[in-house]
Amino acid sequence: MPVKYVESHIWDKYLRTDRLPHIWCPGCGIGSVLSAFLQAVEKANIDPKKLVVVSGIGCTGRVAGYIKVDSFHTTHGRPIPFAMGLKLARPDLHVVVFSGDGDLVTIGGNHLIHAARRNVDILVICVNNFNYGMTGGQVGATTPEGAYTTTTPYGNPERPFNLPYLLAAAGAVYVARWTSLHVRRLAWSITEAFQKKGFRFIEVLSPCPTAYGRRNRMPDALEMLKFFRDNCEIRDFADPKEVDIVPGKKIILGKFVDIAEEKKTFEEKIYELINKYRKV
Amino acid sequence: MALQHPLSVIILRKRVSEEELKYRLAQKLGVKVRRGIVHIIKDRCKGCGACVEFCPSKVLKLSDDFNSRGYHYPVVVEEPPTKVCIACGFCMLICPEFAIYSVPMEDEEE
Amino acid sequence: MSLPAGIYFMSGNDAVAEGAIIAGCRFFAGYPITPSSEIAERLSRRLPEVGGIFIQGEDEIASIMAIIGASWGGLKAMTATSGPGFSLMQESIGFAAMTETPVVIVNVQRAGPSTGMPTYVGQGDVMQAKWGSHGPYEIIAISPSSVQECFDFTIRAFNLAEKYRVPVIVLMDERLSHLYEKVRVPPQDEIIIINRKKPKSKEEFLPFMPDDDLIPPMPPVGEGYFFHVTGLTHDEKGYPKMDPNVQEKLIRRLCDKIRKHADEIIDIEMHMMDDAKIAIVAFGSVVRSAMRTIKIARKNGAKVGLINLKTIWPFPEKQIYELASNGVEHFVVAEVNYGQVFLEVQRAVRGEAEVHGVFKMGGALPSPLEIWSTINKVM
Repeated sequence: MPVKYVESHIWDKYLRTDRLPHIWCPGCGIGSVLSAFLQAVEKANIDPKKLVVVSGIGCTGRVAGYIKVDSFHTTHGRPIPFAMGLKLARPDLHVVVFSGDGDLVTIGGNHLIHAARRNVDILVICVNNFNYGMTGGQVGATTPEGAYTTTTPYGNPERPFNLPYLLAAAGAVYVARWTSLHVRRLAWSITEAFQKKGFRFIEVLSPCPTAYGRRNRMPDALEMLKFFRDNCEIRDFADPKEVDIVPGKKIILGKFVDIAEEKKTFEEKIYELINKYRKV
Repeated sequence: MALQHPLSVIILRKRVSEEELKYRLAQKLGVKVRRGIVHIIKDRCKGCGACVEFCPSKVLKLSDDFNSRGYHYPVVVEEPPTKVCIACGFCMLICPEFAIYSVPMEDEEE
Repeated sequence: MSLPAGIYFMSGNDAVAEGAIIAGCRFFAGYPITPSSEIAERLSRRLPEVGGIFIQGEDEIASIMAIIGASWGGLKAMTATSGPGFSLMQESIGFAAMTETPVVIVNVQRAGPSTGMPTYVGQGDVMQAKWGSHGPYEIIAISPSSVQECFDFTIRAFNLAEKYRVPVIVLMDERLSHLYEKVRVPPQDEIIIINRKKPKSKEEFLPFMPDDDLIPPMPPVGEGYFFHVTGLTHDEKGYPKMDPNVQEKLIRRLCDKIRKHADEIIDIEMHMMDDAKIAIVAFGSVVRSAMRTIKIARKNGAKVGLINLKTIWPFPEKQIYELASNGVEHFVVAEVNYGQVFLEVQRAVRGEAEVHGVFKMGGALPSPLEIWSTINKVM
């Protein structure tokens, strides 16, 4: 039976292998999202020298430390303004913000919507594991109503954000949602996003067996992946208003917004302005 | 064990599984089926089981043995010839640990 | 183009903006806040003229993080704010100190705390400039006392930031920001500009391995150095390392980087100090009241001199101690807060002299007569 036991992976060239094994729990979906990302980097022919990954604090935020590119692990909630400054200074680089739902949406929500509004040319990959995983599993802005977390022991009284709806309204030019099970679609979606410009947002639902799953009757990552398999429906261009995640309702995945018309990015507008008014 | 496909009696004049039926039909029609070699980095595995569960050809199962970190790593299932890796690459994509990948047999060096 | 050499009549805020442009600042991200908004307004017009980028952030946190990002993108970057905004920026200032990112932050102090008196003078952020963020770290803070100094010190701030790879805070106050005075812009060849150290080679390059001067060369982004920058405690490779020994090494170096170079960084100005028995210690707008005071004092036969601090952090403790142990018997610290530089002077004299304070809570400067009356009580 053709099998080989080897010591290195074909994608090791993109990884800081001296830092493996990574810190994520067995079954955590972040590693799968990273795999899909690397697949997309290859497929889209992105030069790693020109790729910059910016992340915030949290489990997903650790991604920046494992990818062999110029990487920045910034403060909690603030990778997006950092990325905006970096992209403005170096518009020739591919700037990817790779962080979690707590970091990007809860504490960082303000920066998220403003960057989308401005159409900052960055690709944001938001891994949504429905809680603040790194700190043990507290409630966040994407935690489903009624869910149990360490700070909602009686069930979450709050309603979560419908991220695709939020981002579509804020003006993102590409909005998609996948899960860490639908890795092929995710890799293809990231590849597609790399070839667009403007503010692109991809939400990826992921199991968090240790913090979230364990408290919500899905202690096994495999359970949650099977849940995704059985309860997700792919509906490209579904109305973002209808894709909220509610217990009992099918989770809608797909590419919801893909604005074909080329909208000027923030950097383009700034540089146009400079070129118009510069006197040197 | 794989279920026997009802049509196999009509087509092949004997009872075989669905996978075996497809394989035999493909052979008869001259369709080339891609074969792959699974590469496993045993010690990176954290035993999550995703590759085993979601491999479309059901080529993998978790070992009885432990790797150096105490996890059951994937091994290939020794079954009839129709259970083969088709180098679809799904295990490579879904593995969170960069512990497994497949290479099409023609592309394999040596 | 930067301002051509010549004499200009401008406000403190204008001078900061023009000084920044001459220093090579090509990125500004700020948020409107009285009394610093004019810096942003002037730069919004002037930066595009010199090919620089201006953006207004959605808040101060976005502004400070954007300038840190732009600094890593290779540009000299600045922001300007006042007390409330400065408070918001503290976490990011700590991040800039930890990641050794050169940035300039102008804090035009106003009467505080909280919303305070937005259009009135204050000097209550002195301690915050040093201790505002959490954890042990060092920054440089300089305080201009005239519009000319606003211009010169902004250029100095960029040079210090680039040289020491540290956030530099320009501690102005509202009175100075809106004061109009003469500024002499020197010809380009008279102005010294310092740029960050670049690595010599990519071979075995460690992004946080310092040279002998404790300062590591800063790698340029997008050229294949593949470096990692994190706010977590990190080793020379930049990789997070949760190890007390690594923390020991790193934090000591980050602080020693400034402490050991204090003599080069500190710049203070003395007036009539040669035979002074009483020294007024002042910074920012208060220096002007103090200048008048020493003239009044001398006319009245009192041996009073003035120390214009110019550098607040690292604090010129050696210089103060030297004066205290060599003839100065009394230090009179005049400031617009309830005693911040006062505490540092008390600490620095180590009991060799007496320290007195002339404190105004905010909104008004201590007048020359107020300072003189304290000196009289002392004599």
